[in-house]
Amino acid sequence: MNSGGMLYNILSLGVPFSVALMLASLGEMFNQRAGVFNLGCEGIMCMGAFLAFLPSFYLKAGPLVPYANLIGFIIAMAAGILLGLLFALVTVTFRADQGIAGIGLQLFGWGVAGVLFRHFVGGVTSLDGVAAWPVPGLSRIPYLGGILFNHTPMAYIAFMLVPASWYLLYKTAWGLKVRAVGTAPRAADSMGINVNRVRYQALMVGGAMAGLGGAYLTLCQARMFADDLVAGRGFIAVALVYFGRWSPVGIMGGALLFSFAQTLQLSIQVGGIKFPYEFAVMLPYVLVIIVLSLARKARMRGPAQLGIPFNREMRY
Amino acid sequence: MNKFKLAYSTGVVLLAVFCAMAVGAIVIKAVGASPMLTYLTIVTGPVQDLFGVTEVLVRAVPLILVALGIAISFRSGIINIGAEGQILMGILAATATALALPGLPKIVLLPLVLLAGAIGGGLWAGIAGVLRAKLGVNEILSTVMLNYIAAQFYTFLLRGPMIDPGELETGSGTPQSLRLPENAWLGRLIPETRLHMGLVLALVLAVAVYFLLWRTTWGLRLRAAGAEAKAARYAGISVDRSLIVAMLFAGAFAGLAGAVEVTGVHHRAIEGISSGYGFAGIVVALFGGLHPAGIVPAAVFFGLLLVGADMTQRTAGVPANMILVLQGVIILAIVSAKMYLNNAYAQERVAKFFARFKAPSVEPMKPGGQS
Repeated sequence: MNSGGMLYNILSLGVPFSVALMLASLGEMFNQRAGVFNLGCEGIMCMGAFLAFLPSFYLKAGPLVPYANLIGFIIAMAAGILLGLLFALVTVTFRADQGIAGIGLQLFGWGVAGVLFRHFVGGVTSLDGVAAWPVPGLSRIPYLGGILFNHTPMAYIAFMLVPASWYLLYKTAWGLKVRAVGTAPRAADSMGINVNRVRYQALMVGGAMAGLGGAYLTLCQARMFADDLVAGRGFIAVALVYFGRWSPVGIMGGALLFSFAQTLQLSIQVGGIKFPYEFAVMLPYVLVIIVLSLARKARMRGPAQLGIPFNREMRY
Repeated sequence: MNKFKLAYSTGVVLLAVFCAMAVGAIVIKAVGASPMLTYLTIVTGPVQDLFGVTEVLVRAVPLILVALGIAISFRSGIINIGAEGQILMGILAATATALALPGLPKIVLLPLVLLAGAIGGGLWAGIAGVLRAKLGVNEILSTVMLNYIAAQFYTFLLRGPMIDPGELETGSGTPQSLRLPENAWLGRLIPETRLHMGLVLALVLAVAVYFLLWRTTWGLRLRAAGAEAKAARYAGISVDRSLIVAMLFAGAFAGLAGAVEVTGVHHRAIEGISSGYGFAGIVVALFGGLHPAGIVPAAVFFGLLLVGADMTQRTAGVPANMILVLQGVIILAIVSAKMYLNNAYAQERVAKFFARFKAPSVEPMKPGGQS
């Protein structure tokens, strides 16, 4: 294979690989902008991935069959919202430690998905999933068409969500509230913003997007479900928020860079270069640690009250 | 009033456990099993005979060790999620030491092997500690990533450099190391069971941790840095250093747990030794109130749950993953309950609420009331 072909493969595979990370990470951005560090993202993705699998597994005949995948996406989002609400109850209402609560939610989501999967499905089962939908016209552009315009509809939606999230965060009243409760909740409170309500809303948005990210993994990327399908992508999504400095465009860049690194690793293996498989799998996780270490100054631009519960009755 | 405080705390914890069990029951119902039967199996299944009881204690040993380490780190203000990876590194270091020096007498080799495990886990955790203290890297994220890296590294060594040569000869290729020399085995406490001397070690260390954290200036420094970093810094405590030290200790305990597992139970490094002790240890530490006196009973309780959960598949038709669900909801319930445990305001309101039932005559009568 020539290097041009390899580059094409890396790019055209890397773009769809980035979608699940990007969806979850954009959701996590809203959580963190509102001041809540949601490590449970991983658990929500597991639930989303599993629930998205169910409709197409069960609907074999009937009028709903063509919509099975759509139903899957909707159920995954609904479950994400519910888990987001659960996390909000624990961390916003009960003001629990967010890091530890996040691990709790991760174990919970992972465990529930695993229990239900083993009981109702049993073993790894593949499914048709969502077919790619080449954009008419644009997909026939040589080279670029295959990289950018030959993906599943969900991938296009995800990339459109990047400017949409930017608009929502910076150009709407709700976005301003989210940023306010994450940076200066006390000031926001004195201006009549219900801090806890905005944090609840942000966690619901984040949960829905994490659920969607999980559903994307099942229906568009892996086209199957297994216990360990998510494999830490939820944690990586959280790390990408730091890497992307809490901005939608930065997160998109991070997700793309990360997926390119991963597809590069895959094509190195396919290319037959001798390299222990385990080290190749390790690579993305090492990359996250390196990126987090280098992003030191980014802390300055993070939400000031990230991880700190708001207690209206406390005086400082 | 102190009596009331105790009753209040107990009530809050019981309520939290009840909520956790209720959520768990919903999941059990969803797979068509009976929650009562499942919970009954988990709690009573393992304690039918002596062997079951010893199995519970065998599971409790690594849980105590991991939870002690996590208590040190949490008390010092650094959240260690990486016990799972630190256990694996401890196993590798302990196994490598035992295999490299098989000729040494037991009295030298065994302590050396355990120490190697502790150092392996400690150094692995130290990475996250240094990154946090020097570069401000979020330790939760870095330890989670280190878990994945350690898991891959472990598999790599067991499939490659450290694999039992016999596995390659016979061609079965099971990823496992050579059997450790018997000089490196922990002795059995009760013959015919798997209960080993590690239990004694864990209990001794529990006492030691109590003294270190609550009876030495060193411990006070760590706890001060964890309770209020700014104030500690003002008092001249190097918070950065105490973060690193706490992480080294947390990792050392997890690594020791791995070394104890391999020298006490399995006698060789195999895949799946840890089986979730790293995460269960977090639950045990929280459930035990981050205090050795609470951690030991909590570890026995969760040892019971771990053994019991393995039985639910057979008796109640509930997959063994159920233990993850229970651990998850218990964590969520405990961290939620914390707000009410140390909340004088909530306590007062509950006290007032009960006072209404207890002594209605104390309340001043409203004029013209009682119709």
